Amino acid sequence: MGTDLEKNARPDTMLINMGPSHPAMHGTFRIMLELEGEKILNAEVEIGYLHRGFEKTCENKTYFNLLPYTDRLNYVSPQINNLGYAMTVEKMLGLQVPERAQQIRVLMSELSRVSDHLTCLAAMAMENGAFTVFLYMMKAREFLWDVIEFTTGSRMTTSYIRIGGVRADLHEGWRESVKTAVRETRSVLKDVHGLLDRNQIFLNRTRGIGAMSKEDALSYGWTGPCLRSTGVRYDVRKAHPYLLYDRLEFDVPLGECGDNYDRYSVRMREMEQSLRIIEQVAGLIRDSEPQVTAEGMEPTEAVRMGRLQNPRQRIRLSPNLEGSEKEVYPRILADEPSVVVPPKEDTYTTMEGLISHFLFFMKGSGIRPPKGDVYFSVEGGNGEVGFYIVSDGTDRPYRLHLRAPCFHILAALETLIRGRFVADVVPTFGSMNMIGGELDR
Amino acid sequence: MEKEDLIEEIRTRFPAVESYAETLGDQTLVVRREGFRLLMSGLRGAPFDYAVLLDLTCVDFLASENRFEIVCHLFSLSRNRRLRVKVSLPGDNPVVDSLTGLWKNADWLEREAFDMFGVGFMGHPDLKRILMYEGFEGHPLCKSYPWRKEQPLVPIKD
Amino acid sequence: MSGSSFLTTRFDSALGWARKFSLFHYPFITACCGMEYMSTACAHFDIDRFGAGLTRFSPRQADLLFVVGTVSHKLAPALKTVYDQMLEPRWVIAFGVCAVSGGIYQNYATVQGIDRIIPVDVYIPGCPPRPEMVLDGLLKLQEKIQDQPQDWRWRKRT
Repeated sequence: MGTDLEKNARPDTMLINMGPSHPAMHGTFRIMLELEGEKILNAEVEIGYLHRGFEKTCENKTYFNLLPYTDRLNYVSPQINNLGYAMTVEKMLGLQVPERAQQIRVLMSELSRVSDHLTCLAAMAMENGAFTVFLYMMKAREFLWDVIEFTTGSRMTTSYIRIGGVRADLHEGWRESVKTAVRETRSVLKDVHGLLDRNQIFLNRTRGIGAMSKEDALSYGWTGPCLRSTGVRYDVRKAHPYLLYDRLEFDVPLGECGDNYDRYSVRMREMEQSLRIIEQVAGLIRDSEPQVTAEGMEPTEAVRMGRLQNPRQRIRLSPNLEGSEKEVYPRILADEPSVVVPPKEDTYTTMEGLISHFLFFMKGSGIRPPKGDVYFSVEGGNGEVGFYIVSDGTDRPYRLHLRAPCFHILAALETLIRGRFVADVVPTFGSMNMIGGELDR
Repeated sequence: MEKEDLIEEIRTRFPAVESYAETLGDQTLVVRREGFRLLMSGLRGAPFDYAVLLDLTCVDFLASENRFEIVCHLFSLSRNRRLRVKVSLPGDNPVVDSLTGLWKNADWLEREAFDMFGVGFMGHPDLKRILMYEGFEGHPLCKSYPWRKEQPLVPIKD
Repeated sequence: MSGSSFLTTRFDSALGWARKFSLFHYPFITACCGMEYMSTACAHFDIDRFGAGLTRFSPRQADLLFVVGTVSHKLAPALKTVYDQMLEPRWVIAFGVCAVSGGIYQNYATVQGIDRIIPVDVYIPGCPPRPEMVLDGLLKLQEKIQDQPQDWRWRKRT
């Protein structure tokens, strides 16, 4: 596949290809550079190497079925994508989510956001040579992922935030694991501040490089930490508050000149703010009675007895369903039988439960928002993650479009590196946090 | 300016605006193809001040006569307000004016709309594919393109 | 193997032992599985204790190709080029269910498993696989390397 630079190659300059497979840990894309010595005369960015047909696939799946696909968009902060999608559909349906579910959603969102920034900065530091920072931040990420894993069952792509609420309640002992995660992350951030903030090598490679002005950033449609590093105060959590963000206290850190160092610094300070939000939300979430799932009758027995009459006894559910027992349901999911999966105990023992379960999953019925279109956005790790859904009244979206924040951020890469050296491409690209799943969809 | 006054002002200044609707808190303007670029450049400047083009995408309504619909989302930072602008294009000649002089990200957004749907943008400096590869035939997000039809570049061995 | 004797089999197993515990891998990272690759490579789950920790960022210096994540049709020629540049003996691990069989993406853009393009030695399913699974897959590859006939003599290729 020839880029324009290759087609119009000149004999006096050199063409270097930073190919789709490269050591940068962010994602797969290609930059073709036209060099004179080390200086970049011209650059051409080619994306689309991770285009997986997300939007076309979503037109062929039901609203419930396409939830795992949203996880894999911005795969470093998957719950935020889940959240954006679920809230867009809830906006279409006009659904209200229980308070506890909102609190858990905020907790998961912020854990994802910290994990996103940790991954971005770790990769950026590693590409600049600071391998220790990478190892430290990955260690902190493991503690965060522990919390996510104990509640949702999966470390990364969880499909936990569902339309109507969340899949399961927080695990027993969640306070301890959240406290450990916050403490370890804070200690790692302190170490990284000491390693990088006034490190002459890091400053030489990032200060004054890749600087973006406010007007250009707005014209490119930049949002998120990259926009805030230029000095524009725009955060979707403050501008269009959703969930509980209007009741929580947190600052929005800003940068000054929009260079690589500012992008790094804004992300570091945002992580501290996210940890603050996590502590506040953890204080809001009330303790609940631990659900003992080890006792009760077998499901097959319950189904057999249920044919005659409802056994009205405790049923021992599979460990996979821990946290989504019937008693927990009103706390974590909205009370709309057509939109959420009915509790398993009802499905096993009552006729109404069985019918709701059947109708939810059957082709042609299930979640069917009214005709129309809607746009809703949340603050993702990279910026404003927006979902635009056009519904035609059936159980599949007619059109689902993702407004990917790093698509717009990456559109500016060519102008940022033109005129600079080859070595400047690495920190500039690293600080932009390009995530292939989101960029190419 | 109040929300309603603003819309009134827009409709007075740009007669190409066909209709306005507000659903679920989202404001939507539908404009005719001829007045699209004029409206967008007007919205970008004072007093409307929609400085950010959040998104530009396309929807394929296979069954209707105006097959493609370009949907733009604008955002005004100073007034913290979003606006959706839609323009319908006929299926046999889906061409519309490009927004590349107005917003810098329009370049890539329009390339994506062209790549996925085949919509043309007049005045775009270099309209070529962005997500799919050269040699790919067809426009994948059109409703007429089969979902599972692969066009491999490297010969597939069994 | 023809002409094998006690000495050559002992040498073979010594060579197999040396090869399996000093794998230089090339991480061909594309998508979400890259995050679990990072976890596997880092301090908590540490792939280095199995001898496979050193990453060579050039395929000419690597003997193990980790294909991590979804391979799209646009990326397939690059994968083939990287594989062709590797020197014998070389092994390929398909990391993640997208590399194994296309995963949840069965559409116009995704290669349905990298074994349609290059030969694969070990398949590690999972979306994404836990680091323990990756280490298990690596151990299976090490068994395979130990047991396979070691091609160490230069053969004149006609």
